[in-house]
Amino acid sequence: MGKNGSGKSTLLRTLSNVQPSLHGSFSILGKNSTTYTSLELAKVLGVVLTERLPESQLTVFEIVALGRQPYTNWLDQLSEIDIQKINWALKLTNTLHLKNKYFYTLSDGQLQRVLIARVLAQDTEIIILDEPTAHLDIHHTYKVFSLLQNLVKTTQKTVIISTHEVNLALKLADEFLLLSDKQLHAGTANELIKQNAFSSLFPKDLIGFDKDLQQFIINKH
Amino acid sequence: MNIDRQTYRIQFIILIFLLLVFSGINLSLGSVQIPFKEIIHTLFGGSPLKTSWETIIINYRLPKTITAILVGSGLSISGLLMQTLFRNPLAGPFVLGISSGASLGVAVFLLGSGFFGSFFTITSFYNIGLSIASSIGSFLVLLAIIIAANKVRNTMSILIIGLMFGSLASAIISILSFFSEADQIQQYVFWNFGSLGNLTWNELSILGIVFIITLICLLLTIKPLNSFLLGENYAKSLGINTKKSRNIILIITSILTGIITSFAGPIAFIGLSVPHITKLVFRTSNHKILLPAVAMIGAIILLLCDTVAQIPNNEFTLPINAITSLFGAPVVIWLLIRKKKIYV
Repeated sequence: MGKNGSGKSTLLRTLSNVQPSLHGSFSILGKNSTTYTSLELAKVLGVVLTERLPESQLTVFEIVALGRQPYTNWLDQLSEIDIQKINWALKLTNTLHLKNKYFYTLSDGQLQRVLIARVLAQDTEIIILDEPTAHLDIHHTYKVFSLLQNLVKTTQKTVIISTHEVNLALKLADEFLLLSDKQLHAGTANELIKQNAFSSLFPKDLIGFDKDLQQFIINKH
Repeated sequence: MNIDRQTYRIQFIILIFLLLVFSGINLSLGSVQIPFKEIIHTLFGGSPLKTSWETIIINYRLPKTITAILVGSGLSISGLLMQTLFRNPLAGPFVLGISSGASLGVAVFLLGSGFFGSFFTITSFYNIGLSIASSIGSFLVLLAIIIAANKVRNTMSILIIGLMFGSLASAIISILSFFSEADQIQQYVFWNFGSLGNLTWNELSILGIVFIITLICLLLTIKPLNSFLLGENYAKSLGINTKKSRNIILIITSILTGIITSFAGPIAFIGLSVPHITKLVFRTSNHKILLPAVAMIGAIILLLCDTVAQIPNNEFTLPINAITSLFGAPVVIWLLIRKKKIYV
């Protein structure tokens, strides 16, 4: 979490190798990130980006099937296992009934679930989502968040998201990384509350953090 | 999925049928009337009633029909590759400036004889010289684009750089025309009309070999092409080496467009419109379906245009370039208005 411009997207894009690192290095699953080939990385780390999909006539099934590309042969043929994984991902995200639809006919909420299905089909240990609820209303935001929480429980995957839904995240996430101008804070909600880290996230005169409610609140004037 | 496969199969069978029918019509029409039965007979190795017919069919009509098929499918494939790579419905083999490069080569060859003397344009050297000049022209532009592509990261910038190369080439051509004589300009204008009928069997076999090699390379690009449909960043996250794939796609397009333009002239419209027509018919973005479909529809449409350009029982042939645009532009406009939406 962090306010606009604090570098959330830059961090996630660097971790997922979409952009080169500005400075320093990091390891993924105990191995220096620079030693991964792009294909090896595609098998351990999948992403859902904020950018909109370019226009095309892809169906939901085809989008999810593209998640299997790191495993398919040079002609991109789907094996039995690939099809099983695709169907499993569609079921888990409750999008199986949409599979023959063109993606441009979907609502934003459905499309986001399809993109999550795609990254699930990629079968990676780590999943990174950059603002997965940016275009969604509060109801669909909650649905996406609980879907992600469910995935963590049932599949034991590591899910890293950036979000502006701070209050919802406080209820659902296991660990936090707070980006602010001066410093980084990392830990569970309780640890960070003890360090007073949340209250330094936004300008204090406008947004405050209520320790008892464990929620951000807007200060009225 | 099964229903889809079934419809694709039917659509492909229809396309193969249409391809055969239009090849047949194309072979049987020309300035000399030859019965269809005699044409089939000659094609399968028999001798027709008149020996002159054999010469006409084997040395003139058959190379022209094969040229139409290769040029139509080659330009359409180039167009599809450019539209997917640049995620832009207006992209075609011409926007990269490759065919402008070819035109520039030809212009220097034909119009520049004022500077170099008329040695190059003497008839025995004319055809080969023309091909070499336009190949060199398109290759130089290709080289410049690949160098540029490796310096800029944004695909859109490459598109604009290609357009700039195009206008540079036209500017130089204008200057050359200004200093040229009327008959030289006329030669250039005739080349610019495009022609499918000028290829000898030797030239056709060069075109055929290049065509087959690029088709084989094309199989390697199906996977990156499909991942590009999600955008370059997703493609990267799926383990695709986007820079390498982009270069391969650019090289394939340039070689196809360059060699076709050098032999047949700058044929307009096909590369831009056939991918759109195909996507509207097949309603898919999957390149495993699109590539063969685009190749076949491109061949069929160019055969059709060439048949129309060849006025029956008459020695005149209309410029193929005019026919492709006259027929094609209204078709695309009609399709778009009817379907209301266009997909890259």
